[in-house]
Amino acid sequence: MLSASALRYCHDRHRDPVIDSVSLRVKAGEIVGLTGDSGAGKSTLGRLLAGLLRPQAGRIELDGTPLPRHGLQPVQLLMQTPELAVNPRWRIERILHEAWTPDTTLLEALSIRRDWYSRFPHELSGGELQRVTVARALAPGVRYLIADEISSMLDALTQAELWHALLQVVASRRMGMLVISHDAALLSRVANRCYRLNAGQLDALA
Amino acid sequence: MKALLAVDALSLSFQRYSGWFRRHAVPCLNDVSLTVVPGEVHAVVGASGAGKSLMAWAVMGLLPANAHLSGTLNFDGLPLDAERLAALRGKCLALIPQSIAALDPLVRSGRQVRWSARRAGIAAHRTPHIARQTLSRYGLATDVEQAYPHTLSGGMARRVLLAMATAGDADLLIADEPTTGLDPCNRQRVLDYLRELADAGKGILLITHDLQHALTVANRVTVFHAGTTLETAPSDAFDGQGERLTMPYTRALWQALPSNGFQAPARERTHEEVLSLA
Repeated sequence: MLSASALRYCHDRHRDPVIDSVSLRVKAGEIVGLTGDSGAGKSTLGRLLAGLLRPQAGRIELDGTPLPRHGLQPVQLLMQTPELAVNPRWRIERILHEAWTPDTTLLEALSIRRDWYSRFPHELSGGELQRVTVARALAPGVRYLIADEISSMLDALTQAELWHALLQVVASRRMGMLVISHDAALLSRVANRCYRLNAGQLDALA
Repeated sequence: MKALLAVDALSLSFQRYSGWFRRHAVPCLNDVSLTVVPGEVHAVVGASGAGKSLMAWAVMGLLPANAHLSGTLNFDGLPLDAERLAALRGKCLALIPQSIAALDPLVRSGRQVRWSARRAGIAAHRTPHIARQTLSRYGLATDVEQAYPHTLSGGMARRVLLAMATAGDADLLIADEPTTGLDPCNRQRVLDYLRELADAGKGILLITHDLQHALTVANRVTVFHAGTTLETAPSDAFDGQGERLTMPYTRALWQALPSNGFQAPARERTHEEVLSLA
């Protein structure tokens, strides 16, 4: 179980904290939705859970132990803009194989094509590059995913394709997932339960 | 009604050099046709890479020199050639660009809005007032005027671009993905404002990947696929299972929405297959 207890984070000491005593639990095999206005701190919470930011108070634990400081992170963050999540000077093959070598079934499920391998990130469309970052994040040791608005720039067909492939892998490996989105209809499709982040506090949604 | 903008059989290719002397054409748009009449919001939807933005650039005359255009572009009944475009751009034709990289990183945002107001033909002494008014229309406080683009959030920078395009009184506004990265409240505010402009007699071409929200304000929807326009349908045809839509691709797009079936296609179809399904 990925659990966060009494998290607190502020970007600026003179301002109110973005995240204030937030506690959240995501079990293996569970998909939790998170919504809220822009600037509410959804992405900050996602980054805290993925270990990219350190909370100023509170703890994040994976099955009772803190997140590892080195090596493969069992909690991976998927970002809204895939262009910012890859090295623009690396070819797709190197990006895809950075952490592990995805097997062909996964590549087929995400419809990643072999002829992209020699291209650079800017030579793929946003949706294609997003699928590459998803495949990269699904290394064997990864147990939780934080999906931060991963499909908001995709058209409906590409969005449905990406989510169907991702949900299949997540279900077959019993991974846990936090889905951050503005889209209530999408969250009701993919998530088991939902929260709303408002003024630094989490409220459960019915 | 007389069309404000008429795009007819527009094709576009880019000349590319292979080696030193050999040139070949890379086709990007093929037989694109649509019209925008005054008083309507005309949405253009389709996957990324389908050529929606290229069409906007072609209308605005912003394509690079190696672009080769064929077909006709008419604005207000007259052909839109380079000379006429240069006179109308910013005054009668305005574009909200897709990328917030279009903002000048070294200039405070208030000044950039004043520039575009000046360009739209507003007298210099009135531009500070107009700039403040347009920025506040999109919920941006006065301190945003003093801010450089990198200190703004993505959603705020996008609203600065909106303010720049609407500071003047353009007859045709091309909005290229104006709502990506905005929260629901601001997205609705932007869409409602586009609707208001249309109701006041302007023509709006709304380019978006977000079919669901485009439908709340659009009169007609044109679907793009792989560089061509598949069909133009009235927005009330997007209803139920999409029985009134003629093209299978459009129906699939409608049924893939999370609020409808959330159905993924069996696999990626090539453009020829999409056409042969018809």
